Amino acid sequence: MTVSKKVVLRFDAKIVDQPIMYSLIKDYGLIPNILKAEINPHKQGYLVLELSGENQKYAEGMEYLNSLGISVDALDEKVVWLEDRCMQCGVCTGLCPTQALSMNRPSMEVSFDGEKCIVCEMCLKSCPAKAVELRF
Amino acid sequence: MSVTKTYEEINEKIKKGKVVVVTAEEVIDIAAKEGIKKAAAKVDVVTTGTFGPMCSSGAFLNFGHSKPKIKMQKVWLNGIPAYGGIAAVDAYIGATEVAEDDPCNKVHPGSFSYGGGHVIEDLVAGKPIQLETTAYGTDCYPRRKLETTITIDDLNNALLFNPRNAYQNYNVGINTTKKTIYTYMGVLKPNMCNANYSSAGQLSPLMNDPYYRTIGIGTRIFLAGGTGYVAWHGTQHSPSEERTEKGVPTGGAGTLAVMGDLKQMNSGFLRGVSILGYGASLAVGVGIPIPILNEEILEFTTVRDEEIFAPVVDYGTSYPNAEPGNLGLVSYAQLKSGKITINGKEVKTAPISSYPKARQIAETLKQWILNGKFYLTQPAQLLPSVEDDIKIKPLVIK
Repeated sequence: MTVSKKVVLRFDAKIVDQPIMYSLIKDYGLIPNILKAEINPHKQGYLVLELSGENQKYAEGMEYLNSLGISVDALDEKVVWLEDRCMQCGVCTGLCPTQALSMNRPSMEVSFDGEKCIVCEMCLKSCPAKAVELRF
Repeated sequence: MSVTKTYEEINEKIKKGKVVVVTAEEVIDIAAKEGIKKAAAKVDVVTTGTFGPMCSSGAFLNFGHSKPKIKMQKVWLNGIPAYGGIAAVDAYIGATEVAEDDPCNKVHPGSFSYGGGHVIEDLVAGKPIQLETTAYGTDCYPRRKLETTITIDDLNNALLFNPRNAYQNYNVGINTTKKTIYTYMGVLKPNMCNANYSSAGQLSPLMNDPYYRTIGIGTRIFLAGGTGYVAWHGTQHSPSEERTEKGVPTGGAGTLAVMGDLKQMNSGFLRGVSILGYGASLAVGVGIPIPILNEEILEFTTVRDEEIFAPVVDYGTSYPNAEPGNLGLVSYAQLKSGKITINGKEVKTAPISSYPKARQIAETLKQWILNGKFYLTQPAQLLPSVEDDIKIKPLVIK
């Protein structure tokens, strides 16, 4: 059995210099797909990632993270597409990395699939009509 | 015998409810099935549409006189400066204007969340707008300052006047550099990761009348949900661009200056927009009816996305430096498919203009004509075309 979750790792300034990703991959066989990261020397930081792997190993990986004092939270930010505000241009679809925002062809209408969204926020910044919102 | 019709004949048909109107999409199939001659005999009007950010837009407003009177030398609407350097209590609010304290691109890329385009959208939506104005005093206009709230209903006149709209064709923006750039063509990722375009292609007004045989000064049009008029050829109108065999330019070319009563418009077709790292603007919906005066005009309206080409321009290098050249031409059929190939690389494409809105505009205009609510006007004068040999000059710094 494998598991795949979108999580937010928050860590203290003290452990920023540790190769956490390396350990997750090498020691626990987990596959991290980093979606967003804010890591700076001597500062607390966070990582948003999709983490997948075998069930048992995943649990062990979580224990390892906890042992370092890293908090692991489910990613619960959500992008909401405001269909009424959307002016149906489709410029977001060129930037959305997962095709959560996509164009139906040949109608060229924009649609949004929240399941595919990884909350990278590209659409949030680039939507000219401000038709995308972030909700927690 | 070849088909010829006059504006009067078409208007008579509208009056009698016998007019045949189709959109620029629908006419393609009709002509393919029935041939140009039969289609020209059958169809009286082809409607077109386009909707996208058109920065050269704005509105003349007249606020009426306060007691005592003020000249309104400086004017702000919701904090956005409007131009007051015309007669007392008139002002022009431009689409791309931003507040004096807007951080703009100081923290790059700026968000430009509220600008002149948004003021116009809010006005049209009937929202209250904060008016602030100052002036030097005169004997006839003694007041120096006032602050109040207005809505569009309080204004004596609200005239949308856009000096450059409805570009005939446009560049496809791409970025060959190694870092992301923020342009009026949207966010362009490095190494040609994406390309943006902005045209309704086969539905776009000037694509369907490429030599401006019917569209001219005084042409009545759909403008942002109301009726408007073509006032003049637009600024930078450049008919002498390269064209395909069918006459469609392979670059910007023609533009229109359009005007209309803001009070008739609706915010579904007039939207303030914020372009990341670039600025504020206004998305405008324009729809133009093309009278089928003869077979040639009908044939022009049958143009398809496969036959319309746009230049792919590098907004990372050549565009900002005003260097000529492009990375090749691509058709709107390719652009609309979601990917194009440039220098052997597959590049994702996305539009900045809205095709569904363009279609909705062409369809709305069609219904207006069918229902006898909209009559065609013969232009007082046609726009300059290829034979006028207009050259757009660069600015030479002396």
